Amino acid sequence: MRKKRYFSRTVIFILCAFFAFVFLMPTVLTITNSFMTQSELNANYGVIFNSGSQGGTSYISEKVNLKFIPDKVSFGQYKTVLFMSPDYLLKFWNSVILVVPIVIFQVAVASIAAYSFTRWRGKMRAFIFFFYVILMLMPYQVTLVPNYLVSDWLGILNTRWAIILPGIFAPFSVFLLTKFMRRIPYSLIEAAKIDGAGEWQVFTKVCMPQCRAALYSIAILVFIDYWNMVEQPLVLLPDAEKQPLSVYLSTINSGEVGLAFAIATIYMVPTLLLFLHGEEYLVEGIATQGSVKG
Amino acid sequence: MKAPTLARPRVKARKSVMDSERSREHRRMKRADFLQSMCFMGPSFLGVLVFFIVPFLVVVYYSVIRSPMNREFVFLDNFTALLNNSAFLTAAKNTLTFSVVAVPLAVILALALALLLEARIPLKSQFRTFFLSPMMVPVASIVLIWQVLFNANGVINDFLGLVGTDRIDWLRSDYGQIVVLTLFLWKNLGYNMILFMSALANIPKELLEVADVEGASETYKFFAIKLRYLSPTVLFVTILSLINSFKVFREVYLLTGGYPYGELYMLHHFMHNTFESLDYQKLSAAAVIMAIAMVIIIAVLFKVEDWFGKDVEG
Repeated sequence: MRKKRYFSRTVIFILCAFFAFVFLMPTVLTITNSFMTQSELNANYGVIFNSGSQGGTSYISEKVNLKFIPDKVSFGQYKTVLFMSPDYLLKFWNSVILVVPIVIFQVAVASIAAYSFTRWRGKMRAFIFFFYVILMLMPYQVTLVPNYLVSDWLGILNTRWAIILPGIFAPFSVFLLTKFMRRIPYSLIEAAKIDGAGEWQVFTKVCMPQCRAALYSIAILVFIDYWNMVEQPLVLLPDAEKQPLSVYLSTINSGEVGLAFAIATIYMVPTLLLFLHGEEYLVEGIATQGSVKG
Repeated sequence: MKAPTLARPRVKARKSVMDSERSREHRRMKRADFLQSMCFMGPSFLGVLVFFIVPFLVVVYYSVIRSPMNREFVFLDNFTALLNNSAFLTAAKNTLTFSVVAVPLAVILALALALLLEARIPLKSQFRTFFLSPMMVPVASIVLIWQVLFNANGVINDFLGLVGTDRIDWLRSDYGQIVVLTLFLWKNLGYNMILFMSALANIPKELLEVADVEGASETYKFFAIKLRYLSPTVLFVTILSLINSFKVFREVYLLTGGYPYGELYMLHHFMHNTFESLDYQKLSAAAVIMAIAMVIIIAVLFKVEDWFGKDVEG
């Protein structure tokens, strides 16, 4: 019996390890390939992305080689990205000034709204909450046209506001935060009320401190979502100079595979740090979504 | 097992004629309460109204007029035109086929992974992180790597070559949707798995212990107990996967361009190509149809869940 259990655990472990390898592979490949020289990349992937820009002297392998460890570690790609062409850094900065306000203000607006959904309930409010859920679930293809129209009317088309404003009011974090807040015991609020606290004081002094972890985890989720956005800027912010790096990355041409991997790695750093630092919160944030109801 | 919550517990007010004074007071309190609640909800609701609801209503309006210039009411004309448009039909059909296969797979495989990780094995939390790692990979490297994997000379073909199958140029073959399917599963399984893991952790332990004592098999325990408690999560993961199955077309678009081979032509391509020609009527009608379809699907899923999980909840 005991032996059997041990055996099955080993099998499960191997299975998990296999899946973990498969899931992790693209991340690892991106990072390690960014340290390869362009000629090594050409040799490995030449068949697919044959740019032929090297004047035909470079060796191109017949088959694709999936290589995890570079023959020679080189920082050439990074040098190009970081020092030779300020364009990439500018676009990185564009990403930052688009995403950071969205994250901060979306969480701020959402926490106030979530308090309202938690504190007062009734048929009307339940309906509005349900409406938020439906809105949250609408695919991008549906919201594309409305988004475009509204930023056209407001005259913010092709400015950063066209991305930031709809981002701030996206219903996702309202939904998530409401779920978090509904777990706070009512007695806490009651006690504060008896001590003479007003609604705003209850919100800032009682409710918010309880939600610190929740706010952090929602911020991470929202950040990851917007950090990798591609469609919204393409439609609402056609001006290439203001577009975030994620858009540029998606249009990079296959002749610059090496650069693409280096930029992708740099672009991954903020999310990677959030992942390593806030993994528990991230998991908590995902787990709380649980179900759509209530 | 309802935990006490922030919301004011509902106590039915006893009606009495005697204290009208008190009821007036009560009403005033209620109004103040309402005003306060509106103050809190206001900013968000206003934003949602301006940026989502009103524009969507305008889209609905656009879908029933001839054109933004000539605002003649044509009711369903745009819809019939759309439903006779072969590009739209192909796109809708392909999207539907994809979702019908991909969404259940995403739910079942994620649940399987979550169950696997329930076992007592080393490195559990590391595995969890690894499964989540696809969330952070930028689109560009995803596109590059998927090309490396699924090119005619790519890695997958090398592996298949070992078994002796012919080389396939995946993206230009009838198996194109398989490429998208792997991409979709890779991106979303981790997220779904976390949802299932937390739901599994919330199943009352006593129930499973009793089942153990009574000698229930693992399969019985799964279907009779776990699946019942998981049903709200199954619903949520299904809906989430459905939405994400629409999102994955961004990568497909980048992999294949605007006019891909056969089965890869999805609604996303259709919307994108129509958007470039700024045909508002077609776009609006398509958006309205999709919104209606989403609401219907969600409503049906809710009903199914209601029926399935009724003896567990409440």
